[in-house]
Amino acid sequence: MDHTQTADPTRRDFLFIATGAMGAVGAAASLWPLIEQMNPSADVLALASIEIDIASIQPGQSVTFTWRSHPLFVRRRTEAEIEAARAVPVGELLDPVARNANRPENAPATDENRLTPNVGGPQGAQAMRRGEWLVLVGVCTHLGCTPAASTPQVPEGQYGGWLCHCHGSQYDVAGRVRVGPAPRNLDVPPYQFLSDTRIRVG
Amino acid sequence: MNAKCLVFTVLFAAIVAVPACAQEAASASVPAGQGAAPRPVEVETLPPRSGNFFFESPFGTYDRASLQRGFQVYREVCSACHSLNYIAFRNLADEGGPGLTPEQVRALAAAYRVPAGPNEQGQTVDANGQTLMRSATPSDRFPPPFPNEQAARASNNGALPPDLSLIEKARVGGANYVYSILTGYGQQPPAGVTVGSGRFYNPYFRGVQISMPPPLNPDSVTYADGTMATVEQEARDVATFLAWAADPKMEERKRTGFVVIIFLLVFTSLLYFSYQRVWYGQH
Amino acid sequence: MSGPSTYQPKTAFTRWLDERLPIIRFTQEHLMAFPTPRNLNVWYSFGGILAFFLGLQIATGIVLAMHYTPDAARAFDSIEHIMRDVNSGWLIRYLHANGASMFFLAVYIHMFRGLYYGSYKAPRELLWILGVLIYALMILTAFLGYTLPWGQMSLWAATVITSLFSAVPGIGQPIVEWLRGGFGVDNPTLNRFFSLHYLLPFVLAGVVALHIWALHVPGNNNPLGIDVKSPRDTVPFHPYYTVKDLFYLSCFLILFSVFVFFAPDALSSPDNAERANPLVTPPEIVPEWYFLPYYAILRSIPNKLMGVIALFGALGVLFFVPWLDWSKVRSARFRPVYKQFFWLFVADCVILGYVGAHPVDATLLNTSIPLLWIGRIAALYYFAFFFPIMPLVGKHEKPNPLPDSIANSVLGSAPQRSETAP
Repeated sequence: MDHTQTADPTRRDFLFIATGAMGAVGAAASLWPLIEQMNPSADVLALASIEIDIASIQPGQSVTFTWRSHPLFVRRRTEAEIEAARAVPVGELLDPVARNANRPENAPATDENRLTPNVGGPQGAQAMRRGEWLVLVGVCTHLGCTPAASTPQVPEGQYGGWLCHCHGSQYDVAGRVRVGPAPRNLDVPPYQFLSDTRIRVG
Repeated sequence: MNAKCLVFTVLFAAIVAVPACAQEAASASVPAGQGAAPRPVEVETLPPRSGNFFFESPFGTYDRASLQRGFQVYREVCSACHSLNYIAFRNLADEGGPGLTPEQVRALAAAYRVPAGPNEQGQTVDANGQTLMRSATPSDRFPPPFPNEQAARASNNGALPPDLSLIEKARVGGANYVYSILTGYGQQPPAGVTVGSGRFYNPYFRGVQISMPPPLNPDSVTYADGTMATVEQEARDVATFLAWAADPKMEERKRTGFVVIIFLLVFTSLLYFSYQRVWYGQH
Repeated sequence: MSGPSTYQPKTAFTRWLDERLPIIRFTQEHLMAFPTPRNLNVWYSFGGILAFFLGLQIATGIVLAMHYTPDAARAFDSIEHIMRDVNSGWLIRYLHANGASMFFLAVYIHMFRGLYYGSYKAPRELLWILGVLIYALMILTAFLGYTLPWGQMSLWAATVITSLFSAVPGIGQPIVEWLRGGFGVDNPTLNRFFSLHYLLPFVLAGVVALHIWALHVPGNNNPLGIDVKSPRDTVPFHPYYTVKDLFYLSCFLILFSVFVFFAPDALSSPDNAERANPLVTPPEIVPEWYFLPYYAILRSIPNKLMGVIALFGALGVLFFVPWLDWSKVRSARFRPVYKQFFWLFVADCVILGYVGAHPVDATLLNTSIPLLWIGRIAALYYFAFFFPIMPLVGKHEKPNPLPDSIANSVLGSAPQRSETAP
């Protein structure tokens, strides 16, 4: 069977190109689940949002919960603390940006902007107007240690807020960084008031 | 040559199907009695009868309304004794399942109580020794009716009601098995079979004597969607629900399979033509 | 048969690389230009299919190990976590479980091919032995892997197989306890099985490399069983056999996909969907389908020690095949008597599998013929095929005349203007 390859080269190339392309698509599509599986699984994502009962927290008290595998600081501030936090000019802050997931990205770090506007119902709104509740992600913005919270008996740092013992960063009663080396204010997570005793974070 | 590929594929299927069917047949047609010990009166357990479930076919999906009814049957009848350990409340809102909304799931979960972690004093029980409880959230799993196996047996004459999350994968016949058991009560035992006390004759259950009293009666539940609640309907619906509980990814799996096999058929054809092109004149 | 390499590095970088680590030259020589007989048929594509499935099992296995917990209290739960919560976890698990079955299906076809075409005969004896070693490692790896989900069948299959070693006279029971790390199969057993299951596939991959190396010294056998005599007998591996192997691989993947997506639990035991319980034995302990023939052989011998010896002997006899066949002719195409015995052997393996799937006291369908006796006859033939059938048939059979060359057989004897290799 004597035969030379005189087939039209473009037709032959197209077949191989089409096959090769389809193979590449198939290979990529097969590879995708192997990569995607490392993303957080459904049970981890389900815990991305939690509800916390804050009824038993006293003024001046700071309680730590767990949210998305990190510490979550919930602090009920006294009137004095709120006033002190409001009195700080934004210009004096090391980080003038609010870092609040509930506010626009470039909002200035006033005390009001460190709280959430997401209130449910009049009671929630009342709690918010008083500015009592501070909810922060308890991860130091320097290298990720957990800062220690001030209590009336044991102050941590000079600003009545938090002191990170790893490298000495200090945060005030609105969770804003006042002494470095931390570069940013403590993050405020997305949260909302479901009632004046219950918040949903995330 | 494409015929060769077809023969090829069919041959594989045959070679593999023989042992697979043999295994299935082996597990299905087993005489009653204990394991390898000498058996007195041999009564054949009946193989499950087919419930003609649509979801068992290659293109089948779960009937969403049936899933919801079946969930109602589980909640109102079965959950008194049977746990559903691998199902979380949030799964009821997942795609391919009963299709509850997130709000319905939240409300449903909140109606259940689950053990709370240690309180601020580090206690896990209250002053009376009762475990501290909290309302469940969607990320929690269904709480079991009994805290452990011993308590379950104590409440059920020594018999252990199995967890139902995987029951349809763990029994030959799957949904048909559950359906057969639930509709298999009420028959006369054949001569020579004495039903022990605390047991009931059910020819579809291994050993034909089951410890579970007939769980379903007409109108055991009042269906939210108004469907008439015959025993057959209830059995069908709960068998469908438990099929989903054992295999929640079934619809996604078949959808993906459809796409994959179409892709492979096209790709195989392209490869076949490439093969012929490369080998032209060389055979 | 690899001649001097024709690879010429074209760029400065490739010249630099070639002087230090000739990996491109190696690839060109062994995966592209390698002269391969031009008459290989579909049965010769299973080596490539096996290599693909080894890669698939390793990839899916490593991914599964990211989510699996090898602790007796949590293993079963972690599998359900993979099936329900891990992104595409169900897919990866089903690929791995059904991939193992496909791996064995392919290896059995690959081995039967070798027995039919005489691929084990000189000078490829070591190639065959390495292959049997790979098969033994596959068996071990699959057994270890099946324990990991910690279902009822996982526990009880592990119990049965580890207790086989109690048949060893004298030191049997201490060996069993050493294997298990305890008195019964429990957490220590699971942990070490996980470690070994992760390790062995890489050992296997190493032996596969040796297997391919041993193949490339003499080159491939072919369906005619006659040696390559001239370059006309061969074609370069690429593109001829790359495209052909890819085609058959794609066909095989269709079958694989039917299982993975439409019958993912068809090949596994329902009992394994129940958590392991050392206090309750399943009514029938059945291994996976690819072990059924060995199971039948084990159970066909009433004496425990002899049964165990027969079990390991059924695998062990394969190592000696190159010296058991006394025929001067390789391929069964030209051996009309051997061919009949071969096909009978294939049927025998299927029969043994059928027997192994049923309880010991079962009878054939609706008759009263005990499967045990069918199994005994089948087991007898299994061993008889290797000895004395192979040597005697090999020695006394009159083979059909062999063709004079591969090329003439394929292309005809007229001189060819053959396709130049790309």
